[in-house]
Amino acid sequence: MAGDDRIAYDPQPRRPAWGVRVPRRKARSTQLPLLVAPPPPVVCISLAQGPGAPARPTVAAGQRVLCGEPIGEPAEAGLPRVHASISGRVTHVEPRLVAGLGVPVPCVVIRGAGDDERWPGYAPDPAADGRPSPELRDGIAAAGVLGLGGALFPTARKLATAAGTPVLLLNGAECEPYISCDDMLIRERADVVVAGARLLLAALGGLRCVIAVKTDMSEARVALYHAIQAAGDPRLVQSVVTGKYPAGGERQLIELVLGREVPAGGHPADAGVLCHNVATAAAVADFFQRGQPLISRIVTVTGGGVARPRNIEARIGTPVAELIALAGGYQDEPRRLIMGGPMMGVALATDELPMTGATNCLIAATGSDLDGTGVDHSGAEMPCIRCGDCVEACPASLLPLELLTAARTGNPGELTRLGVAECIECGACDYVCPSHIPLTRHFIAGKAALRRGHREDG
Amino acid sequence: MRFETSAPPQWRSPTSVGAVMRTVLYALAPALLAHVWFFGIGILLNVAIALVAGLVTEAACLRAAGKPQATFLADGSTAVTAVLLAFCLPPLCPWWVTATGMAFAIGVAKHAYGGLGYNVFNPAMAGYVLVLVSFPAAMTVWPAPDIGDLDYVRPNAAATLHYGLTGSLPDGLGVDAIARSTTLDSAKEGLGRMQTMDEIRSNPVFGDFGGAGWEWIGNFVAIGGFALLMLGVIRWHTPAAVLGGLLTMATLAWLLDPDTHPSPGFHLFSGGAMLGAFFVATDPVSSPTTARGRLIYGGGIGVLTYLIRTFGSYPDGVAFAVLLMNLAVPLIERWTRPRVYGRPA
Repeated sequence: MAGDDRIAYDPQPRRPAWGVRVPRRKARSTQLPLLVAPPPPVVCISLAQGPGAPARPTVAAGQRVLCGEPIGEPAEAGLPRVHASISGRVTHVEPRLVAGLGVPVPCVVIRGAGDDERWPGYAPDPAADGRPSPELRDGIAAAGVLGLGGALFPTARKLATAAGTPVLLLNGAECEPYISCDDMLIRERADVVVAGARLLLAALGGLRCVIAVKTDMSEARVALYHAIQAAGDPRLVQSVVTGKYPAGGERQLIELVLGREVPAGGHPADAGVLCHNVATAAAVADFFQRGQPLISRIVTVTGGGVARPRNIEARIGTPVAELIALAGGYQDEPRRLIMGGPMMGVALATDELPMTGATNCLIAATGSDLDGTGVDHSGAEMPCIRCGDCVEACPASLLPLELLTAARTGNPGELTRLGVAECIECGACDYVCPSHIPLTRHFIAGKAALRRGHREDG
Repeated sequence: MRFETSAPPQWRSPTSVGAVMRTVLYALAPALLAHVWFFGIGILLNVAIALVAGLVTEAACLRAAGKPQATFLADGSTAVTAVLLAFCLPPLCPWWVTATGMAFAIGVAKHAYGGLGYNVFNPAMAGYVLVLVSFPAAMTVWPAPDIGDLDYVRPNAAATLHYGLTGSLPDGLGVDAIARSTTLDSAKEGLGRMQTMDEIRSNPVFGDFGGAGWEWIGNFVAIGGFALLMLGVIRWHTPAAVLGGLLTMATLAWLLDPDTHPSPGFHLFSGGAMLGAFFVATDPVSSPTTARGRLIYGGGIGVLTYLIRTFGSYPDGVAFAVLLMNLAVPLIERWTRPRVYGRPA
């Protein structure tokens, strides 16, 4: 099997010509051990998770639920079920705002009983490894597992559409600055990640699993090495990639680890590989090994604006303010509250929003976190001086400076020719631009205009 | 608690157009000081005149175009153009020559094309070439460093100022006493008179490689250029290609016949080669944006510089070579478009 080029990988990942070196600032949140947060008094759980129709609520206000009990059934097969993340009483089933989305989505609000009593409906399945793939995928959908890297793509559906793809690539190379939740997960629970990797391989019908981590994650690398040794599974390998941003982007990681490109307009499976986040793998293992559906995730709470930056395993639906309190509360008057990293994260207007499965990091950013360059895009923009730094940074080999003209004029032919569809919105071009041009914003608008155009053309 | 909102990315690198331009100016400072050391305060006078002329022209153009004056006057790009133009001009230069060159650089080469970021030609080179062809006599008054030539009178600050303001030397001081032909001139003339390079090099204006004094200024230009490389302000492709192109041509010719061709070292350390490679060809606005494009562009400048020096009627060819390659940039950009990720080769 070793000579099979479908599963070949590069033991020495390449150094990319693209990308930018950004301050990492991850060590701040790894000084304290992982904090397993107690169940919060109130949670607000979104039924709209990731792409696809929102789940149908199966509970009503006033009803008592146990932790881990299903509260939402998927609208279509293969989409994840939604579970109560605490035990208590349902107080509302209504649209609410959640962190990271601009519009209200259907939510279930639960007031906790404080006992954290578990729903007994799911039993551990120690022999899951040997079960047929479709059965495992059904289990993964029932467990409510979705892409915890941030996209929230339904894991079971992804596995089903890519069934038989030879290589599974587990992404633990979080390249955004500040974020350390995957690092912390591997440090503390490498065995769970490895167990999840084997379950995902079985659910996919894959032949090899490459777990990618980053050069600067030395403790996680050691932990992962030992966990892979202990598992004694020759299909699992570890790969260590560059610290350059955005090495952890799906397509970029495939390029670095496997030396392959996803064809334009295609999916990773077209390159013989399927990507999942390491936290997704751990969630799969938690379900089959412990009978625990997706009710929590690890969140990095960091930035100069919190007193004790750390990683917190929090129940889905916990209010953001609660997480900040667990990290010692605010200090030094933070200006921005960023969900995600500083490159692709969104700025939340308030901390009175519930976290979702996509909440991997919260940064209470003070002026020094923004490097004193929290430039108001509208004010300081200069003309492009064609320095080419954006061209060098772009991981998709686009010409951001030329795309800018096309995006400004909204010329669909030029946008397509210059490959705006391949823009992954990583923000690397924006970051390096000495003229402070909000390139990413223009490209997002350009992509949207192109999609609208296609729809109108029928 | 409430917070400000902003679209991603939430932060930027601390760079800015102004910071880039200021860094370039700092990198030119060692060479500027070396220039003062060897040739007196002439270049400082030229920089001051060019700066004033440049800023006045810039302000007028910004006003005419309805652009914000404060932002663009402070961006440092005019100062870079002023210093580069001053490096091209003789240290003794009448003020109207400098001012004309600078006004053309900013008013025509830069603003007629749309201002910062839109110019097709490098403004400093366009300004220099304009005065080179318009004031040929003024472009020949090159003082020499202290080279042990007993007839030579080094112009002092008062004489420099007098010449700069009036275009004539103080009484009792002739142009013959203070001016010497440059090494590129000497080589061109000498070779034209069928002298060998060895004979030509016996002229005291020659140093170890290039011109006495000039080769040291070249060293300091290169040091400033390396600093820009280390700081990430410029990439290696353009200077390496310029120097590589010039070196390749010069070496081939020199190996063929060392008597009738100056050495490769002479080419590198004479005239504007170092300045052109590190500070002119790397001007972002008028050069290509991809690594491959910069190699072609720089290589073209190096080769053209050699050809113009060798076969043209002007002793140096860097400015002409840069302007010619500026013209080719759109074509080069089309040839060197990178393959978009995921698309077939």
